[in-house]
Amino acid sequence: MMKQGTFTILENARIARDTFRLVLEGDCSAVTGSGQFVQVAVPGLYLRRPFSVSDRSGDRLVLVYKRVGQGTAVMAAMAPGEKLDLVSGLGRGFDVAAAGKRSLLVGGSVGTAPLLLLARELQAAGKAFDVALGFGDAGLAFYVKEFKEMGAQVKVATQDGSLGREGLVTDAIRALEGSYDWFYCCGSKVMMRVVCEALPFGGECSMEERMGCGTGICYGCSVPTTAGMRRVCADGPVFRKEEIVWERI
Amino acid sequence: MGKDLSVRLCGVKLRNPVIPASGTFGFGLEAADWFDLDVLGGISLKGTTLEARPGNPTPRIAECAGGMLNSVGLQNPGVEALVGEKVPALRRRFSGAIVANISGFSIEEYAAACAAADRCADIDLIELNVSCPNVRHGGMAFGTDPKSAAAVTEAVKKATRKPVLVKLSPNVADIVAIAQACEDAGADGLVLINTLLGMRIDIKTRRPVLANVTGGYSGPGVFPVAVRMVWQVARACRVPVVGCGGVASAEDVIEMMMAGATAVQVGSENLRDPQACPRIIADLPEVMDRLGIDSLKDIIGIV
Repeated sequence: MMKQGTFTILENARIARDTFRLVLEGDCSAVTGSGQFVQVAVPGLYLRRPFSVSDRSGDRLVLVYKRVGQGTAVMAAMAPGEKLDLVSGLGRGFDVAAAGKRSLLVGGSVGTAPLLLLARELQAAGKAFDVALGFGDAGLAFYVKEFKEMGAQVKVATQDGSLGREGLVTDAIRALEGSYDWFYCCGSKVMMRVVCEALPFGGECSMEERMGCGTGICYGCSVPTTAGMRRVCADGPVFRKEEIVWERI
Repeated sequence: MGKDLSVRLCGVKLRNPVIPASGTFGFGLEAADWFDLDVLGGISLKGTTLEARPGNPTPRIAECAGGMLNSVGLQNPGVEALVGEKVPALRRRFSGAIVANISGFSIEEYAAACAAADRCADIDLIELNVSCPNVRHGGMAFGTDPKSAAAVTEAVKKATRKPVLVKLSPNVADIVAIAQACEDAGADGLVLINTLLGMRIDIKTRRPVLANVTGGYSGPGVFPVAVRMVWQVARACRVPVVGCGGVASAEDVIEMMMAGATAVQVGSENLRDPQACPRIIADLPEVMDRLGIDSLKDIIGIV
């Protein structure tokens, strides 16, 4: 169940170009798993901003965000010690129990963020995984070291070839040596559609839409699914590959 | 302090005047996970049509100064699901007034959907939405012309014995003319205002932010427009008026009631603060005390 509360900023450091790692301290008890998100009230702006939970331990919550607009620009200018009002514990996250013998974690750009907590959960559950990441260029890459330190095989593709292979995240997937029976994916809609079409086995995608409430009451973020239009915030954000009607996205 | 927050709306007693507005509170049950629904005076459910609708493409939400734009486009499961599943499920968790918000694309469709709602004992009031700005050939088309608004009101009154509130659009030249036309056609009450038609453009992509290009503006920025329209209509009509638009605090509720509102709907504030309604209701007695108000009934239209 979701919870509203005040969090204190412990760190707000740049970890890649325009990309920040925000470490918050507060009551994290509503966060039950990876793939869930929080709604951040950004000082001076009307609507809250949704961010996936990237990591969590005890009363510390980690969000990774990219400075792309007004809200994230305000956040990027905030300093340790400042407070943020959060609604936490939102959404249905990744299903760790669905993982088979070896899973493939596929991240695109800042969509890589929630895969870190997922990787920790898979590791704790004794489930093997490898990681394929796609970024625009080397300057935008993050978390490569963190995944490698967890013992996973990690392959990266960049559009300009400045890090790893030149190409898209599907090229990083091709570079991995192993056989997989399940995947977890988070990135842009275009990227996730390509990944779903490329991989011959089942998996889950964390969908993204511009949100109003984040709590399921406004129907602002619906996506077409095989069960009709469903809310990314409350019915997702994580959906199974076959649930999403990609042609209508 | 012993403050009296209760009001009576079209013969229905509300324990307080605060009602989450249609489209900002789902079908009511969602919020039962985060507060006791029974603190609310009533709940206005998400706009429902005769048949299920998928709604508009995304993005459906855009932010702006003083609030937001939405163009959800009446995504809903249809009136049979409303009366068969949504309302009975809500009634098990909520004893206050349940308001069914009904929209349509023809007079016959409005009447048929209201007839279905009429058969549901758990629905206390019907809110006729003739003001949705986000669908073509329906919604607001009926609420911007006095003759059409009267015709749909009259047809719906024949289809139901439940009190009918007509929710009006602010996107008109003369709100009083529309309100009076609805009253003359038998409306039991009026709700105003729905959202103001607006638009945002992403100057980087040179494209509209909303997939539907335009959307309805709501939030604190529309509050003075809503107060003005409630005041104009309340003094021109005999039927009760429900005030809606930008309400975010107990003070706003009182201001809206002083303008002439018998009850007050809270909309967009529910999106940014999940506890908006319980917070506003909890604040009311203290604000009343500060202002020397014993009973909210005493201030309706006092301005």
